[in-house]
Amino acid sequence: MLSAQNLHLTFNPGTPIETQALRGMSLDIPAGQFVTVIGSNGAGKSTFLNAISGEQGVDSGAVLIDGEDVTRQPVWDRARKVARVFQDPMAGTCENLTIEENMSLALGRGQFRSLRQAVREEMRVLFRERLAMLGLGLENRLTDRIGLLSGGQRQAVSLLMAALRPSRILLLDEHTAALDPRTAQFVLDLTARIVAEHGLTTMMVTHSMRQALDVGDRTVMLHQGRVVLDVSGDTRRGLEVPDLLAMFEKVRGEELADDTLLLG
Amino acid sequence: MSIYSMWGALEIGLIFGLVALGVLISFRVLNFPDLTVDGSFPLGGATAAILIHHGMDPFMATGAATLAAGFAGMVTGWLNVRLKIMDLLASILMMIALYSINLRVMDAPNVPLITDPTVFTVLQPPGIEDYVARPLILLALVVVAKLLLDWFFATQVGLAMRSTGSNPRMARAQGIRTDNMVLLGMAISNALVGLGGALFAQSQGGADISMGIGTIVIGLAAVIIGESILPSRRLMLATLAVVIGAVLYRFFIALALNADFVGLKAQDLNLVTAVLVTVALVIPLAKQRLRKKRA
Repeated sequence: MLSAQNLHLTFNPGTPIETQALRGMSLDIPAGQFVTVIGSNGAGKSTFLNAISGEQGVDSGAVLIDGEDVTRQPVWDRARKVARVFQDPMAGTCENLTIEENMSLALGRGQFRSLRQAVREEMRVLFRERLAMLGLGLENRLTDRIGLLSGGQRQAVSLLMAALRPSRILLLDEHTAALDPRTAQFVLDLTARIVAEHGLTTMMVTHSMRQALDVGDRTVMLHQGRVVLDVSGDTRRGLEVPDLLAMFEKVRGEELADDTLLLG
Repeated sequence: MSIYSMWGALEIGLIFGLVALGVLISFRVLNFPDLTVDGSFPLGGATAAILIHHGMDPFMATGAATLAAGFAGMVTGWLNVRLKIMDLLASILMMIALYSINLRVMDAPNVPLITDPTVFTVLQPPGIEDYVARPLILLALVVVAKLLLDWFFATQVGLAMRSTGSNPRMARAQGIRTDNMVLLGMAISNALVGLGGALFAQSQGGADISMGIGTIVIGLAAVIIGESILPSRRLMLATLAVVIGAVLYRFFIALALNADFVGLKAQDLNLVTAVLVTVALVIPLAKQRLRKKRA
């Protein structure tokens, strides 16, 4: 389970381009919950995600994963608990390594790396099993360089990779944003399936209000570096995008003017 | 070209094969342009020569030389990952520093090894000419080095190192300490180069302060020539390719220098190298064009 406590972060303080990215960002995600996070550009979604994964430090506040304070820990120390799928399909895999090599890397996430052979036969059995789930024939292409795959295929494999080893929190960073609508839907369905199958605590940042409501148990909306809306359970069920908009306007007293949020 | 020159070309070619393996690791695997080799090659030579000169067993001296060069590589890596100095710049700084360090190690501009024992004199089998035995010994060593590297890069640590060069952000997200991977990779890379330097000094009769100039060019030439002869993404073939590239490179140089009708001399070596590497770089492009014309 994840607990972000009163995170503050300012970029370029004291300069003309000073930006307060996080202003008291707090969020508690209990184990097993699937949270979707939306917000317009500059709301702090990616910054928040990076603060949790460790790629970005914070000025004040704390990030706790399963009760452990990881705020000062670098990315590689948090990797044991944090699984992540990046927005850019190219960023989540190593282009010139093979599918099985990439998966072997993910299987060892956060583990001590020894001088044992990296890709062993019993691992291949597991990889084939998981890849078959995608229905893309990739289970027969274990020794192909992953750079040969399309963006959508790489993203699907990245998702599988994130679920190869148990995690305390799965971070999905607008992971369908770079895909065409059909592939995006495929990856989204795959996401729901994998999260349900493994009971993963998940935080999915998305640019699309539609997506945010369709998937998961709870939707959180960020605006100007903090949480402004938090809906789950009965309130959330049956909510439509216009309803979400109305809620936003009521809370903020202003209209939401970001097209991509509404049209996505 | 005489039979003597041929064996000589093979001998130096194999030594540079070790250098090429080192450059393969830094340049291709870690994506780290590393000029330290211009300093770590002579460091290996200087360390081995001075230790042998002072009576140390040549094998131990060679081992010490390898470790010293490996340490130099690690310092370059440290400048990059801890002090956040850009990789190329860090390696240049180290290369410059090593020039003075090498002079200190030798306490002179050169250290001759004329009557001193070397690994080659110790391993010299009776009945074979020394100019034949040396390349054969080196061949065995290079084969062992290549196979060891192939094994290493197939291990979990080796794979972690490859991912560090390929996609450091993803590597970190998988829990890999990319800083340590860079240090380790740079150490192994320069250790191989230093080993080459130590063997070079012992086969050529001494170490000299200028023996390292252009090492990075030779290493890159070997890598590029190798890749154009034997293009492959598979690391096992890449290690083979760069060794072949190094040997071929020396053969071409020997041919060019021995061809009286062209009138090339030793000072034309760098020009010949530049032309060779350019040709090697153009070959894949030319192949492509030829294929398109036929299709």
